[in-house]
Order: sequence, then structure tokens, then C-alpha cells
Amino acid sequence: MKRMKGGEEGSDDSSCESPAEVCKKVRNQLSEDSEPHVAESLDCNWARLPQELLLHIFQYLPLLDRAYASQVCRGWNQAFHMPELWRCFEFELNQPASSYLKATHPDLIKQIIKRHSNHLQYVSFKVDSSMESAEAACDILSQLVNCSLKTLGLISTARPSFMEVPKSHFISALTVVFVNSKSLSSLKIDDTPVDDPSLKVLVANNSDTLKLLKMSSCPHVSPAGILCVADQCHGLRELALNYHLLSDELLLALSSEKHVHLEHLRIDVVSENPGQHFHTIKKSSWDAMMRHSPKFNLVMYFFLYEDEFGPFFNEEIPVTHLYFGRSVSKEVLGRVGLHCPRLVELVVCANGLRPLDEELIRIAKHCTQLSAIGLGECEVSCSAFVEFVKMCGRRLSQLSIMEEVLIPDHKYSLDEIHWEVSKHLGRVWFPDMMPTW
Amino acid sequence: MVVNSVHWFRKCLRLHDNPALQEALNGADAVRCVYILDPFFAGAANVGINRWRFLLEALEDLDSSLKKLNSRLFVVRGQPTDVFPRLFKEWNVTRLTFEYDPEPYGKERDGAIIKLAQEFGVETIVRNSHTLYNLDRIIEMNNNSPPLTFKRFQTIVSRLELPRRPLPPITQQQMDKCHTKIEDNHDQLYSIPSLEELGFRTDGLPLAVWHGGESQALDRLGKHLDKKVWVTSLEHSRVKTCSLYASPTGLSPYLRFGCLSCRVLYYNLRELYMKVRKRCTPPLSLFGQLLWREFFYTAATNNPNFDRMDGNPICVQIPWDQNPEALAKWAEGRTGFPWIDAIMTQLRQEGWIHHLARHAVACFLTRGDLWISWESGMKVFEELLLDADWSVNAGSWMWLSCSAFFQQFFHCYCPVGFGRRTDPTGDYIRHYIPILKDYPNRYIYEPWNAPESLQKAANCVVGVDYPKPMINHAESSRLNIERMKQVYQQLSHYRGLSLLASVPTIQEEAEPPMTDESQTSSGPDSPQRVPANTEEDVCYEAPDSSTVCPSSTSAPHPDQEYQAPCISSGCHTDPSHPPSLSSIQGHSPPLKSKPCSPSSSCSSQSSSLGTKRKGLSRKVRRGQRQRGRQYCTLTAREEATGQEETMEEDMEQEEERMEEEEETCAETAGQLE
Repeated sequence: MKRMKGGEEGSDDSSCESPAEVCKKVRNQLSEDSEPHVAESLDCNWARLPQELLLHIFQYLPLLDRAYASQVCRGWNQAFHMPELWRCFEFELNQPASSYLKATHPDLIKQIIKRHSNHLQYVSFKVDSSMESAEAACDILSQLVNCSLKTLGLISTARPSFMEVPKSHFISALTVVFVNSKSLSSLKIDDTPVDDPSLKVLVANNSDTLKLLKMSSCPHVSPAGILCVADQCHGLRELALNYHLLSDELLLALSSEKHVHLEHLRIDVVSENPGQHFHTIKKSSWDAMMRHSPKFNLVMYFFLYEDEFGPFFNEEIPVTHLYFGRSVSKEVLGRVGLHCPRLVELVVCANGLRPLDEELIRIAKHCTQLSAIGLGECEVSCSAFVEFVKMCGRRLSQLSIMEEVLIPDHKYSLDEIHWEVSKHLGRVWFPDMMPTW
Repeated sequence: MVVNSVHWFRKCLRLHDNPALQEALNGADAVRCVYILDPFFAGAANVGINRWRFLLEALEDLDSSLKKLNSRLFVVRGQPTDVFPRLFKEWNVTRLTFEYDPEPYGKERDGAIIKLAQEFGVETIVRNSHTLYNLDRIIEMNNNSPPLTFKRFQTIVSRLELPRRPLPPITQQQMDKCHTKIEDNHDQLYSIPSLEELGFRTDGLPLAVWHGGESQALDRLGKHLDKKVWVTSLEHSRVKTCSLYASPTGLSPYLRFGCLSCRVLYYNLRELYMKVRKRCTPPLSLFGQLLWREFFYTAATNNPNFDRMDGNPICVQIPWDQNPEALAKWAEGRTGFPWIDAIMTQLRQEGWIHHLARHAVACFLTRGDLWISWESGMKVFEELLLDADWSVNAGSWMWLSCSAFFQQFFHCYCPVGFGRRTDPTGDYIRHYIPILKDYPNRYIYEPWNAPESLQKAANCVVGVDYPKPMINHAESSRLNIERMKQVYQQLSHYRGLSLLASVPTIQEEAEPPMTDESQTSSGPDSPQRVPANTEEDVCYEAPDSSTVCPSSTSAPHPDQEYQAPCISSGCHTDPSHPPSLSSIQGHSPPLKSKPCSPSSSCSSQSSSLGTKRKGLSRKVRRGQRQRGRQYCTLTAREEATGQEETMEEDMEQEEERMEEEEETCAETAGQLE
């Protein structure tokens, strides 16, 4: 099935010839050939494979194999450089001293810039934790002047090294792409020093095409900066940002009539210093969002101290995926149970020493969409847990609980609970274990 | 014919339950027990002083036990390949016995010695006693590949016959039959070296908390059983503060050096349980720690790269950072997190830490905070930890860093909260980091948050007397959870929003594994059989599991639905989940079972897919696909796929072709013009 699909895709530039037709063409070419003795040699047959067939084959080969194949003959070498094979590229920039991974060879990078930069459409840069790698990525970006990218991803695989690049260097590299591309649709620039003026350049050049923007933890962007994007880019469907950029105005802008339905909104709520105060978002803004995009997913990752949750979950919020990366109190989880009717996934890394029994039951009762739950350092009595699973039943497709979380009680021992839970889930289930070693 | 035996001690430093030693004695005229060590390499090897001290004590104990039987231990200096030819000639050896070593390095070394012995006409007898089971048998029962989940391992083990019963200690009578005269210069030639001889400085060395040796091990075993802690711990093991400290009933270092036979422990536990519980058959959980050890031994026995990420087929390739300074801070207990520093101090001083403490520091070093490779942590443990078996050490590190064995990675131990939870008073901290002893409970786990006046009053100003925290835990856990998600999504090809679903499920648990009773029983353990719903199911099935490679950088066959670094999160961007399919698959049970037998799907595949296949990534993919579909239906977003124009689809289709890239190709490509 996939093969078929790949075939359709791959041959779109060279008409949709079936392999049989292509073979016919080859035969015709061969018979027309004025030097039949050459055609009889096997090598020559291979060399005369039509480009579209070669392209098709090359698309299935890894780059290294393509490079080897390109040394066979002139024709194959030409095929190696066909634009179709260079639409998509992932640059990996790693320093041997700071990463275990290999890097894209500098010569290859040079060659891509020289011969294929105008073919690139889907580009990502993976960098390790060294500033040199991030700078190298910026250097390459600055050279992509004659290409029109649709997708750009800047991905830090370890530490956020783009943050260490001088801001001006980063901004000028990024704006090269913004200005030249004009049809960017996906942009992933988490943990980078992107700022408001550069977002303005993005909007000025790509507002019609931008659909996806991921910019979690970009400290130089202000709420006004992201608001400008939301106001202008009406096709935006996915957005990821930090809570400090989230405002009522932003939600209203995203739910304006001109705007397409939002599909995903990812919010990271991170505490920079203990006791930080967070603003609240009005329920009416979320309601507007819901009216405009009733199916949108709201993903929230919390990395807060327990006493910073005051402004959250006091009113109904359309969150679908919740992740609590640090300890969160029973009280807050109780509020989650009351105010998150759309919740699909809940992950709690840690909670206090008192059992979460009532909270879980409440969540099972009110969050009727819940299908995934993960509990780390928490306590839950076995009875309450079984009750929770029973209430959710088979819609719980993900159920991950550390063994230590479950406290045996008069009704169930640890050995019994796996049977009981498996029964309600309709599949084999075990608690997660850690080695005792 | 005269039989002159040599028994070669390596691990298994004991006289009880030592089948190879029994073989040495069996009908022999003379028996010599040797231990071979190379003092030249001792100091250079990555083994710390506590481990050497423990080993030397174990050898002393062995020697004194042999003395009581009118024999002695011969400690021979050198390398086995140099030593044995000399000994064979000198002692006119006809038989060499030793315990089977299941670890790849040991197997290689032993293979060479067996060959050498053959050349000298010496018979070799090897007996298995370091593990409960025959590991090859476990592997064979799991379709010739080691089980990759602990549950699966337990299932296999529960089908095996009980481990071989332990043998009694060797007796005076046995020894008398093959009495070997001990030369007067024995102590000059074959004495046990001192730590100084091995190149260690011993002045100021604190007293050992753990004393090596079989006598000590058996003594502890008695206490261990007497205490019957385990009977209650069976119900539920809650960590108590005291258990963070070295316990006088702890056994793990003794199992590591073989001062205690794992089978002796096994049968003692079993019998005690049956006595207390009125002849109930004990549950597997009774043997928890022993089985974990066995699990990692099984996983490692045929994998020489088990202790590294590169070239290790079961290890997820994670782009760890290299940061020697941060590593040193961790290893030396200078992270600025008292919980982490106390544990690392205890490890360095005493050579042992509680398993929860191991989880805490391992998580902190790797996926939790510092994002440093588990290999570095493993090496530090290898140096310091008394019970660091090669297999168990590497296996546990892979486990704790979520580098293998298919676990959820969402759960990171907080270097503040987890400590407080484990020991709310903080006395453990005060014991190992005395400078913090005057901090109140409230701040003992986070001294940097204490007001300055309090820091001064407690005579420990953070940043002066005790380091500031080397990292912002909230920030690093935010980053690291994203990194792990990146790695795992690439591995599982899951593109939805669920964090939990990013971890691939492994087929081995869901499939009916073998032709046995589990298929016919009707409990929840038996996977439901669903009729094959589409030909697609068959065609994507991954039948073989022998050569797995969950490498995030490895590229699949182009036939596979593969999305390389996709930057969108919605399932609608995944062309492999068209709405039609999700409606077909949406109602299929979450349980994955194979619609056809492995052999038939195998043959149907190999014809269509060619050879280039990464077993594991394929194996996990199907599970993901199903989940992805479920997700699609759950969120009812079918319309998206239809409308979606070519943006992400294009990219993914392109990428799936372009995925593979290796640096060397650049060189080749460079020459093309």
C-alpha cells in the first residue's frame, strides 16, 4: 500500500507511467539505438535505465547508497543530483567533544548549498549542546538565500544551544529564510532567541502560508509579538508557546472569524523562580476558543512548585492533555477533576504522601474522555485504583502506574490487582516496575 | 591414572554449592585451588579500593576455610593465559575446573583457556552456578532471543523447572582424599596480596562497612532469614529511612562475588515461605532481586556491546551530552543537591546504596537532569559499587535511563522531592553531608532556598561552604522530557499528542509467545485472538525479533511508514493514518495479537520487503499504528487528513526516503563532480 503511495508521489514530476510503460519506452529506445552492439552489453542496459525509473529507485536508497550508485556512470550521477532527491534534508551538527552522534559531513553540506539549496523545501537542523554547532546551523541558514522552504525545524538534541548563539547572528540567519522563503508553512524554533521584530518579518513574508509555529521557551518574544502572528496568520493551526505569552487577546485573535480552526495549542507553564505569580486567563476567552475551534487540543505541561498553582484550574478549562512535571498537590488534582471535562491524558510525576483516592475517582467521573493516565511518585490505594479503572473501563488505552504507587488494602493485594485491572481493561496489564538492585 | 586437579576461582568465592569445585575433587589425587590476579593491572583497572578490599577479604576467608581442610588457596600473579601453561607443567595438571561465566568477556576468556588446556591435554570441566537458571535455556524458550521485558522474563521463568538444588559444602573427608602437600614457601609464592601491593594507599582508609567472604555471607544469610523482614516486605515494600543505610542483612555484594550462592538464597527463601505460608507455592515476587539479576544476565550473555550505546542492538540511541565537569560533580557528590550528594558520598565511602538511591542518582545523571550518558554513570558504579556485576550494572543503567526495555519515561525522580519523600527528616543527609547538619528539615533538601540569615546561623552558606545547585531542575526536566519524547517518537513513529503513547509497546508481551497453555487458558493473561482484519496487518507484521535495533538514527526500509523529524504533533499529519483506516481500526481491541503464525507472515514478508529491516522498529511500529488510529478516532479529527494539502505529507514522504544519511557519503559525494 505504502509502496503504491510512494510511487504516486515520486513520479509526479515525470507523469504517471506504469512500470510496464516505462519498460516499453526502454525497449523502444534500445531498438532505435544506432549502435546495437553497445546495447547488448549488460552494463549499458543499466546505464540506459530511464531517469524516472532511476529516480524511483534512488528514492528508496539511503543517501550513502545513492552516493555509491552515482559513481557507476554519468547517467546515474545525474540522477543523483535530481532535485526531487534533495527536497528534504536533515542537517546534523555535532561536535565530537560534546556528542555521541555523528555529524553531517562538511563537504556534503558545502555541496548541498552549492548545488541543491534551491531544491530544499523541508529542512531541519539537529544540533548538540555546543554553541559551535548552533552557530554552524545559523551559518548554513544564512546561505539559504535562493531556496524556498516550506518547513524549517531547529532542534536542540541536548542543551538548548541556539540560546547561546549571539542573538543578532541568529536573528539575521533566521530572517534570511523568512524573507526568501515566502511560503513557510511549518516552523519549529523552540528554545531559540527569536524576537518580536523577527516574527514581524516572518508575518510580513509568510502570513498566508504559516500553519504551524512551535516556539516554546523563546524568552525574547513578548505577548504582543505572538499576538501579531495570530492577528496576521489566519491559517495557523498549531501553536506551541510558554504560558507567559498566552493572553486573553491571543485566544480571541485565534478565534476570530477570519481564522481557521486551531488544532493544537501547546502551553508550557514553567516557573523561573520559586513563588512566581502567574496571570489568569478568563473563562470567556477559553469559551470563545471552544466556540471557534470545538475540536482543538489544548496541551499543557506544568513545571511549577506546588504553591504556584493558585491561578490554575479554578474555572473550567478545555485542556485535553495535562502533564505535571513536578510535585502537584492533592488539592490541585481535585480541581482538575472538577474543571477539565475534555481531559484525554493526565500524567502526574509526583504528589505528596497522602493517597490520591478521591481525586482519581472524581477524575474518572468528570473527565469522560480520559484515555491515558500515568502516575509517578504518588500514592493510591488498590481499591480506589481498581474503582478508577472500572469507571474508565476500556477507554483507558494508556495506563502507567509505578508499582510503588499502589498501596495494598483489605480488598486487594498487589498480586491480585493486575488481574482485577486487566479484567476491567480487557487486556493484560501490569504496573510499571523498577529494578530492585 | 593420576588425576591432578586445579580449581580456578573467579567469582563463586565459596566452598558451599560449588559444583565445579566438587568436580575437581571427584576422584582426584591432588587438588589445588587457584585465584589468578595481576597486581600490575589492579591499580590501573577501573575498580575502586572498596571493591578490591572486599575481594581480598573474600580470598582471605576462602584461604582460611581451606586451611581448616588442610588445604590452601594459591593466589597466582599474572594473566590466565600466561599462568596456566606454567601451572599445567609445574603441577602436572590433568583436570581444570571452573564455574561457567555467562558474560561475553568471560566466555571469550574461558574459551581461550579451554583451548589452551586442550593443547596441554588437560580436561576442563565447567559448571553453572552463578545464576539460578541456564540462561541459554531461557533464551531458547523465548524464540531464541533474550526477553526484553521483565514480565516476559517472569513468564518464561515460571515455565521452567525449579533451579538446581544447591550442593553441600565440601567436606574434610572429600579434601583428605586428594590431599596436596603445601610447600613451606607457599606464603611467599601464593599469598593473598595486600591493598598496598596492588598500588592503593591505605592510610586514612575508613573501616569497611561490608566485609567480604563466605563466612560473612552465610552469617548474614542467617540474619536475613531470621529477621523475616521479607515476609512483611512481601506485602508491600515501603522505604523506611533505615533502609537507606547499609543493612547488616544485605546480601547483594556477596551474590556479586559469589560468596553466597544464589541458589542457596533461593531455596532458603522458598522453604521459609512455605513454612510460614503453610505450603503455599511462593510467588515469583518473593525472589524479586534474584530474578532481576537473572534478567539482566540473560539480556547480556550474548551481547558483547551490552555495556555501551553504540553497536548495542537493544539500546535506544539517545543524543546524550558529553560534559566531563558535570559528570565529575555528580561522581564526587558536588551537585549542590543534598539528596544526590549524600547518596554519592555513601557510595564512595561504603560501596553500597539502596536501590531507590540508585534510581535517584541514575535518573539525575541521565534523562532527569544532566543528560549525560548512562555509560559514564555505569563506569562510576563499576568503580565504586561492591555489587556491580557487569550485566546487572549495565542493564540497570539502561533501564534507569530509559535506554532499553520499553519503559515509560515520563517519570523523573525529583532531586528534592524524592529525597524528602524517602527520608522526611533529612537525617540521612546530615549523616553523609555533616556540613548541612544544622539545617532545619524544611530546607535540608533545598538549602539554596533557605534565607541567608538561616544559612549563616547553620554555619553553611550555600555557594561558599556547600555548592549551589548545578542545574535548575524544573528547567532541565522540561527540556529533557522533550528530548526523550523526540527520541521515542522517532522510535515508535507515533505522532499524536499523548506522551504516554510515545513509548513503543513491545510485541513480545502482547503476542501469544509460544505454543503452550497460555493460549488456551481464559484468564486475562491470555491474549484475545482477533481475526485478521486486513491484509495490511499481515504485511506489516514483524516476525523476527532476533536482530533488533531500536536506533533512533537507523533508517527503515522505505516500505515502512516512516516519518523522520516531523515537527508537527497532530495525527492528521501522518499520512499513514487515513480516516478510512482509522474507522476500520478504531474499534479493534487494544490488545495486539498476531493474526497469523510467525512463519507464514515471515515468508510472506521476506518476499515482499527485501532484507533491509530493523526488527525492533518494525515490531513496535504496528502497535503504534494501532494506537495512532485509536487516537484519531478518539479525537474525531478525520476530516483533517482529507483536507490536508501536501505540507506535512510531502515532508514526511520525502523524509522517509531521505532519512538515511551517513557522514561518509559526503566524501563519496564530494568526489562526484
